[in-house]
Amino acid sequence: MSKFKKKKDGDLPAISTASLPDIVFMLLFFFMVATVMRDNTLMVTNTLPAADQIKKLDKKDRVIYIYAGKPSARYQDKYGDQPRIQLNDKFAVVGDVGAYILSERASKREELQNVLTTALKVDGETNMGLISDIKQELRKVNALKINYTTRIGDYTQNK
Amino acid sequence: MARKSPEVNAGSMADIAFLLLIFFLVTTTIETDSGINRKLPPMEELIDPPIIKERNIFTVVVNKNNDILVEEKPMQLSDVRQAAVDFLDNGGGVGEEACDYCKGSKDPSSSDNPDKAIISLKNDRETDYKVYISVQNELVAAYNQLRDREFTSLYPDQRMTYVEADKMYTDPRTSIKVKASLKPKLDVLKKMYPQKLSEAEPSKTN
Repeated sequence: MSKFKKKKDGDLPAISTASLPDIVFMLLFFFMVATVMRDNTLMVTNTLPAADQIKKLDKKDRVIYIYAGKPSARYQDKYGDQPRIQLNDKFAVVGDVGAYILSERASKREELQNVLTTALKVDGETNMGLISDIKQELRKVNALKINYTTRIGDYTQNK
Repeated sequence: MARKSPEVNAGSMADIAFLLLIFFLVTTTIETDSGINRKLPPMEELIDPPIIKERNIFTVVVNKNNDILVEEKPMQLSDVRQAAVDFLDNGGGVGEEACDYCKGSKDPSSSDNPDKAIISLKNDRETDYKVYISVQNELVAAYNQLRDREFTSLYPDQRMTYVEADKMYTDPRTSIKVKASLKPKLDVLKKMYPQKLSEAEPSKTN
């Protein structure tokens, strides 16, 4: 008669959860890598035009973003449906662009201040007048390197 | 009486998890923005603007109805690239202004050499941005096409085009040694076909 008699009841053995941490970490790493931090919420429609002769904007710390386009549907009551400029989280007028560029430039590290690029993320339906105004403002503050941000594709998609 | 089922071996679970992790790590690309780089002219006006011959300027106008006028004649967007290539590669100059690598028609009424040739892109305030970008894209494509052609004929051992070489040069993963060897070659091409694309201020609508 053994002291350690095996129980012979119908209990199923518990499923091992030893690998659960691995799975969780895997998911964590995956999302950490794949997530792009969006620093500002878009308040304008932003369907970028397509182009294929493009260059990559690699170093994110050297880029200043300017968004423009028609206000999104939920802002249209307040701001109308004419294309507007968005700087950071706010709608802006053309006159604000210069000050915005200067303040963004001042916030960057000193060695980067001369190599900044201004990325114009403009909706395809916008009139060139607004963009020309922005370009004039950029020239005034000597922010001459610009990038017309596009999505990758053939020009025939710009219909 | 239910039989006791054997315990599932979970030892390989971690391996599977890591396999998946590595797979996703390799296949996911972090989204980077890309677009057409341009340099705006500085604000101060030149006191004495250089005189440029009419034949060295290739005017492209996009009017408020999004029609494209090349040298005052209407043109389809699909033909702009070839027209720009023909203009840049014309090589109509003689003597000091001759262009020995141009393969164009040497038309005396078109550009002297690629260094003199200027493309002037004008737009109206009511032009659509996407049309403007399409035209910009085609004009940049014309420069790239010519640079590609000369790059492959000058450096056939590189086994790539100018655009590929430029991409490699700007890629942060490329080693410094490779970059140093590419730089002079790219500079030669940039000198052969300098990108002289002027974006004038828009004309006012009347």
